[in-house]
Amino acid sequence: MNIFERMMSVDRRWVFLFLALVCVITYKVDFPVEVRVTEEVRKIHNFIDTLKPGDYIFVAIDYDPNSLAELHPMTYAIVEQAWRKNLKIVFTALSQNGPGMADQAIRDISDSLRLPKTYNGVTYPARDIVNGIDYIFLGYKPYPALVIAGMGQNFRLPFPTDYYGTPLDSLPMMRGIQNYNQMKCVVDISGTSGIDMWIAYGQTRYGFPLALGLTGVMAADYYPYLNSGQVFGMMGGILGAAQYEKLAQNPGNALDMMRIQLYAHMVIILFIIIGNIGFLVSRRAKNQ
Amino acid sequence: MKRQIPLALVFIFGVILIIQYFVPHEKSEWIFEFLMDWIYIIGIFALALGIWSLIRVSWDKIRLRRENWQYSVVALLGLTAMIFFGFDYFRNFFNAAGLQNFMFRHFFDYVMIPIQSTMFSLLAFFIASASYRAFRARSLLASLLLLAALIVMIRFNPYFGPLTAYLEQTASWLLNVPNLAAKRAIVIGVGLGIVATALKVILGIERAYLGKD
Repeated sequence: MNIFERMMSVDRRWVFLFLALVCVITYKVDFPVEVRVTEEVRKIHNFIDTLKPGDYIFVAIDYDPNSLAELHPMTYAIVEQAWRKNLKIVFTALSQNGPGMADQAIRDISDSLRLPKTYNGVTYPARDIVNGIDYIFLGYKPYPALVIAGMGQNFRLPFPTDYYGTPLDSLPMMRGIQNYNQMKCVVDISGTSGIDMWIAYGQTRYGFPLALGLTGVMAADYYPYLNSGQVFGMMGGILGAAQYEKLAQNPGNALDMMRIQLYAHMVIILFIIIGNIGFLVSRRAKNQ
Repeated sequence: MKRQIPLALVFIFGVILIIQYFVPHEKSEWIFEFLMDWIYIIGIFALALGIWSLIRVSWDKIRLRRENWQYSVVALLGLTAMIFFGFDYFRNFFNAAGLQNFMFRHFFDYVMIPIQSTMFSLLAFFIASASYRAFRARSLLASLLLLAALIVMIRFNPYFGPLTAYLEQTASWLLNVPNLAAKRAIVIGVGLGIVATALKVILGIERAYLGKD
């Protein structure tokens, strides 16, 4: 076997080892990576940024721990930005392990709000986030299509109580709040096909502005909805989350992970190039 | 009768739900709420059946000492622990506390999350290996696919200097033109297929869901 044939058939364990080494080294060595912001991410940020204190937004946390690395940073960036601006948030979690994700995010972001912070030149004072006043968490119900359609009529149809068992009518934040009509937008952060249901049974039927946060592999599937205007903004994968963190001037895990992703991609590209050089040279030699 | 009753039920409820979807009225809301309760009740039976099936399969595996029976012990222990801590037995018997329960939350945060995250992160290694093997310039179409994949992957790479802006524009064109056209065709095709299948089920033309008996 000559060198070019070897380049074509590198044992996959070498690929694994090399990739693991690059991930570990770039995780340990801290250096900044420039992130360019796309229009689809900027639109979500600007939309949230222009809302007035007291406005309501709806955040659907429809992902399980397997997509946590990509999607949690989006949740953290958007929710922190919204709470700093004194927006009120209605949360749901329509994937099976979503309540755990939502609960963890709410706890962590509430802790972060206890410290004053400055974003884009504006200093926001520290404050406590209170359940029922700053947010409500409706929780999980199976059959997302039915739940999404039901909430369009009245949040109380699928969720007579919040996740913690408190009747919605007894929560101060829910006074006068019936359905999506009172929400300025819905942000669905999802690692599942639940997004299709938000588009088909939610946005199409009730006409609310919908923004998406989804995993990197899913992003290409949702460009038709962005182009048709059914979705006004989209964050794809860790790159989308990093762009949002950059816009919000709130660096978190996503910006931190960009250097790992960048070098992991370069390793993959390197192996693809090695494989193709070996393949093309070997084919040429065979033809001759 | 064994086939006619289910067919009639599917037709009646299918038509009711179609009408309900387009009628924003108080009565329509009531129908929706009523039917949703029924769907949850039926779902709970399916859940019970699933739990029973898991317990039986795992128990048989342990009893007969089949290969990897130890994993079934872990599965049963996990199931029992999460059900036990999911209900707040100590303060209020059979009150579902879920994530408010200290142990339930800790099992979720420190067992469930690391396990699922680890499983998913392994995907990166398999993708790397699969890309190395699959992306070969074997033909014109394969070369185009390879080129498109490379451009999308390096579009934000800051080390390409002034080329980055061009790569970004090209990647954006790839996503917004050829990708969008193909995806849109698929979405419209799938949508029409769903409508056709739903109509076939409601009208009793498609009966595979009834089984063979």
